[in-house]
Amino acid sequence: MSTRRRTFLGLTAAALAAPALVRAQGAAKVVVVGGGFGGATCARFLKRFAPALAVTLVERQKTYTACPFSNEVIAGLRPLERQQFGYDGLARSGVTVATTAATAVDPAARTVMLADGTRLAYDRLVVAPGIDFDWTALPGYDEKAAERLPHAWKAGAQTLLLRRQLEAMRDGGLVVIAVPAPPYRCPPAPYERASQIAWYLKNSKPRSKVLVLDAKDSFSQQPLFRRAWSDLYPDLIEWVPLSQGGNVTSVDPATLTLETDFDSHKADVANVIPPQKAGALARLAGVADRTGWCPVEPTAFESTLQPGIHVLGDAALAGAMPKAASSANAQGKACAAAIADRLAGRPPQAPRLVSGCYTLAAPDYGFSLVGVYRPDKGELREVPGAGGASPLDSDPVLRAQEARYAEGWFRATTGEIFG
Amino acid sequence: MANVLINAPKTARRGETIELKALILHPMETGFRPGANGTIIPRNIIQDFTASWNGVEIFRMRMSPAIAANPYVSFCAVASESGVVRLRWSGDNGFAVEESVTVTVT
Repeated sequence: MSTRRRTFLGLTAAALAAPALVRAQGAAKVVVVGGGFGGATCARFLKRFAPALAVTLVERQKTYTACPFSNEVIAGLRPLERQQFGYDGLARSGVTVATTAATAVDPAARTVMLADGTRLAYDRLVVAPGIDFDWTALPGYDEKAAERLPHAWKAGAQTLLLRRQLEAMRDGGLVVIAVPAPPYRCPPAPYERASQIAWYLKNSKPRSKVLVLDAKDSFSQQPLFRRAWSDLYPDLIEWVPLSQGGNVTSVDPATLTLETDFDSHKADVANVIPPQKAGALARLAGVADRTGWCPVEPTAFESTLQPGIHVLGDAALAGAMPKAASSANAQGKACAAAIADRLAGRPPQAPRLVSGCYTLAAPDYGFSLVGVYRPDKGELREVPGAGGASPLDSDPVLRAQEARYAEGWFRATTGEIFG
Repeated sequence: MANVLINAPKTARRGETIELKALILHPMETGFRPGANGTIIPRNIIQDFTASWNGVEIFRMRMSPAIAANPYVSFCAVASESGVVRLRWSGDNGFAVEESVTVTVT
């Protein structure tokens, strides 16, 4: 017994004496939980930046269903299969893929418990929890109600449900989209969705209408959307901002009625985007604060609540960066680089992160917004003048080109992560 | 664009507590913010909101620069008799808006 203990202590002392050396020799373990744009990118790039690292990606599902472009699935322009990706590419790149759920995190012992009973030790843990819905925030709207009034804000079965409801709707029907107050996943997506649904209605059910009930008074890329709506869907989309009574205060699933402070709207199809918070994994790992989201430092995305745990993507409070797939992708790379540097004993470099957001108002009508971000006074701030948006006045050729660039971005990014 | 939104029940039972909601479009400029040219934008706020039921004041609210743009007010009242509920907003630069709704009490 005493011999074994002495041996153990000896090993510990050696490890403490030269941690960087031991890790550089390939002993370091990084566990990534959550295989979306943030987590899967990070796992892949950890192996690229530091091939000797032991990287494990823990993800419940065998197949990932991506949100970007899922509004086109709702419009009937794209099969859901094109949104779906497996993890074989990550496995081929040397990442150990564990298809199971994380059930507990012990930050002191630096271990993650998995649903299959395995206990994984880590030197660095990366969590990419995505979002959960706050089912208590909107009276009348719970998980059961979401089967009647789909949110379609996590791509998959909900996306197809909303598609089927639109297909079944009569011509002349009213589609209501309820938009929450920020923060929520992908700021311009509700308005892209309104556009895509309008495209379907214009071509298949032209007497119908889209009503957007909004809990705020302005939104991302608003002038470009307003231009697109007047170009493509005059009189088809009506947007009701907060100051015009747009805030939805309750829903009645039985009658498909949405109540605002000043009005009541009976929908034929209702798409309710509920208020959101970081995914359950964030609370499991103890990295979410009272806001429901996860504060991080801006260089390595390390949690300010739990040292040694990094938080990526929609769940993180990433300063000026929007909650978007492109942001998560950029953060995954920056975090991977910072972890590789730290485990090799190199000082982490302050990253520049680029987040680009393409919107398709119609199959051949695209526009974009690009932001560049850097750590500045303790948080991620936008670099002035570095990004940009599509011009408001533009010819159809440019809009059609941007629609193709959007598809190019999706293929390149998903290929880089999952290919 | 409506300047004022009001939500009050058209009918109520005698003695019933009813909720009245009102929203008015107004910038509620604080008087503390510099404009594009660096000079302070003059204060422009609503200072008073009152509601009266058949001429009797039932609710009064004093607003300050900390109140957000487009102030939204919700309050309750006991429906005692049929009549007109008059809502009045007044503030800087002679701002004055009055709207009324009728509530029938049975």
